[in-house]
Amino acid sequence: MPYTIDVNGAKRTVDVDPDMPLLWVLRDELDLKGSKFGCGAGLCGACTVHIDGQPTRSCQVAISTIGSASIATIEGMAAHQIGAKVQAAWMALDVPQCGYCQAGQIMSATALLSKTPRPTDQDIDAAMSGNVCRCCSYTRIRAGVKQIAEGK
Amino acid sequence: MTRPLDLSRRALLRASLTIGGGLALQAILPGVAQAAASEGAPITAFVTIAPDGVVTILSKNPEIGQGIRTMLPMLIAEELDVSWKDVRIEQAPLNEAVYGRQHSGGSNSTPENYMRLRRVGAAGRQMLIEAAAQEWSVAPEECETEAGVVHHRKSGRSLTYGALAAKAAARKVPDLASVKLKDPKTFKIIGQRIPGVENARIVTGQPLFGIDVSMPGLLHAVFEKCPVFGGKVKSANIDAIKALPGIHDAFIIQASEANPSKDPEGLVDGVAIVAKSWWTANKAREKLEIVWDEGVGATQSSEGFSALAAKLLGEAPATVLRNDGDADAAMKTATKVLEASYSYPFLSHIVLEPQNCTAHFKDGKIALWAPAQNPGPGRKLVAKTLGLQESDITVHVTRGGGGFGRRLQSDFMAEAAWISRKVEAPVKLLWSRRDDMQHDFYRPAGFHKFKAGLDEKGGLVAFTDHFVTFGKGGKPANSASTMPVTEFPAMLAPNLRYGQSVIESNVPTGPMRAPRSNALGFAFQSFIDELAHAAAKDPVAFRLSLLGEPRSVPSDPAKPEPQKDFNTGRMRNVLARVAELSGWKNRDKLPKGTGMGVAFYFSHLGYFAEVVQATVSTSGAIKLDHVWVVGDIGAQIINPAGAEHQAQGAALDGLGTALGQKVTLEKGRVVEANFDSVLPLRIDQAPPVVVEFITSDFPTTGLGEPALPPVAPALCNAIFAATGKRIRQLPIDTNLLKA
Repeated sequence: MPYTIDVNGAKRTVDVDPDMPLLWVLRDELDLKGSKFGCGAGLCGACTVHIDGQPTRSCQVAISTIGSASIATIEGMAAHQIGAKVQAAWMALDVPQCGYCQAGQIMSATALLSKTPRPTDQDIDAAMSGNVCRCCSYTRIRAGVKQIAEGK
Repeated sequence: MTRPLDLSRRALLRASLTIGGGLALQAILPGVAQAAASEGAPITAFVTIAPDGVVTILSKNPEIGQGIRTMLPMLIAEELDVSWKDVRIEQAPLNEAVYGRQHSGGSNSTPENYMRLRRVGAAGRQMLIEAAAQEWSVAPEECETEAGVVHHRKSGRSLTYGALAAKAAARKVPDLASVKLKDPKTFKIIGQRIPGVENARIVTGQPLFGIDVSMPGLLHAVFEKCPVFGGKVKSANIDAIKALPGIHDAFIIQASEANPSKDPEGLVDGVAIVAKSWWTANKAREKLEIVWDEGVGATQSSEGFSALAAKLLGEAPATVLRNDGDADAAMKTATKVLEASYSYPFLSHIVLEPQNCTAHFKDGKIALWAPAQNPGPGRKLVAKTLGLQESDITVHVTRGGGGFGRRLQSDFMAEAAWISRKVEAPVKLLWSRRDDMQHDFYRPAGFHKFKAGLDEKGGLVAFTDHFVTFGKGGKPANSASTMPVTEFPAMLAPNLRYGQSVIESNVPTGPMRAPRSNALGFAFQSFIDELAHAAAKDPVAFRLSLLGEPRSVPSDPAKPEPQKDFNTGRMRNVLARVAELSGWKNRDKLPKGTGMGVAFYFSHLGYFAEVVQATVSTSGAIKLDHVWVVGDIGAQIINPAGAEHQAQGAALDGLGTALGQKVTLEKGRVVEANFDSVLPLRIDQAPPVVVEFITSDFPTTGLGEPALPPVAPALCNAIFAATGKRIRQLPIDTNLLKA
């Protein structure tokens, strides 16, 4: 089935099964490899993208359900006002270890800070606990979110 | 292996012009004694200086999140005396004949390379100085360097490395053993917080990892293996699978053909499905019907292993590993005798990037792209599997999305290679999370029965442990074999006996971050805490008294090795400092339900003592409040940003594992399949982790692993302090902690 979706502000057309998850459309059809496969069950957050600004596990969303919604991926964050700040903070604080989860972490952090510019520790826990970092870079992830919240 | 031995005794450096006219510096250095003995291969580092002054340094070992791609080039750049901003880093190709061992494991990259890669950099600096001195007709001793420039202060002349590179490359290479190294007090790069060199690509989502490899005509594969280890395919509905839309091919792989030598990392029986997209291939598994011959493995279960271990622990150990003094006689003189049994489960590595490999077989040769930790042996495995020469196999090592020891085994490379040859096309094999969790090389489970005697002053007079571990085919299983006879408090207790019994199993096992130590640390440091409380001693003071006076305790009295030997003074230092840092002496002022626990461990040449503060609610829920980590890994912290990261990560990793991870066997199958049953630590559980390093006059050593072992026992000891309840089994069962 052909589907035309809006990814990072551009219309992209793919011809795939209706139940193909957005993650695999992004990775294998559109060659956007930033969103990662970790669990295929919405449990690890490595595949997190924004759908109409909402952080969403792209491995759990079938292409047929997307319609005209705007999709933003890690590849689009440099052009996103908050996303670019999160990327810069992640660089400044040297957040990544292996780095595999960080696209998802940045997408969740960007969504949080877009909605809640001054998150409390509890807000950070609630927004970020769906994103597993197997290397446990959590200390710096928290510091990165706070750095942006404090406008540093 | 066929290399003449004398080469490992000599240090050679070759210089040659690169195409662009830059200096290519190739150093062949003698391997460390151990590496030379096992591989006989020299180590090589490679530096190119372009005319514009850009310095390209190859990083030789795989990056799996431990920061090696940044840290190893720092060593060369420091002694070469260039600005870090002028350095570009590339992954060295896999060529162990040229570069020496290219593995990432055992926290070995630092001890193996710290001095050697500094010498490579220093040799390059010397050649550049000589080139400038010749140009100016002055003595090299009158020249100095700074940030990629050679200066002759007397005459006020200077030349950039870029301008000198071509002339330097033509010079005779200095003897690496005698090149002049910098005084560490003058370091400009080593000791600085240097961020990961691939951070920009990571945070913008550029393709970096094995899973991101892409190429024209790429097909995607899944490989369904028998859920029971060692099971065989009897039949499968291959024709029905091939008829599904989007499926390119499907076929049975039989180990009898693909792995006749029964290599533990080699192919096992299963069905491969190849499709135009991974999603299509994976979805076809829902329609896949395989009739398995599950074999003898189907009788194995965690419950059965536990029952057998309990029986064995009731008997005398099959093997005595160590027997000092007379533990039984000394036990009779004790005023207090403690006995306790401890156990821990099989564990999966749960790397976040599932196993994958892209392979392209063409015209009798094959190229592979793999997030491997041990690509050299991986290539050997592929050669054996396909019957190829290693020279016909090219391995491109990608960044790995975590390693933790899992990717030291290269089973995924053999699978991808076999499938690519069968379909005669480039193929990316990707495991699902279930595949990854159910076909791991697991951290072996283990069981201990301790007994110890204390005298009237609370001194340790006797100590015994009976360890039950796993074996396979009459041989010790990988990473399950034989507890080290030096395990603390060996050699510090006069009457001590360690014994071992082995359970036969065919569960694949392998190294996991701090192999053996990650489990033994929990058992031993928890039981020692029991002894401290039984002796009515402060757990820090009790441990200090066990350590005794600062001295070196030989790991093997027959051949003392200063670095491998256990230095009680170094451990005393980190223990005393972590007590100070954590406010240990004020722990009695903590609120009810909150406790502090301490533990220490020596592994991978690193000394670590850690304190965990935790609060246990009446429902048994555990809140991690704070962690303090103090380590001694020698004279130099190469990259403090990376070091802090590794220590924090290791401590949190160990806590997550203790709280929520196990792998359960039922009817020979692993029950757990995803992150809803094996629980990685999440941010809302992660406490602040304070890390401090004590620098000592000892060689600089590695850090991927040694900060992990003390944290689980420190947590369990904190739980005891908070509740009076002793955790003797991992993962922690919070039902036992209900008020």
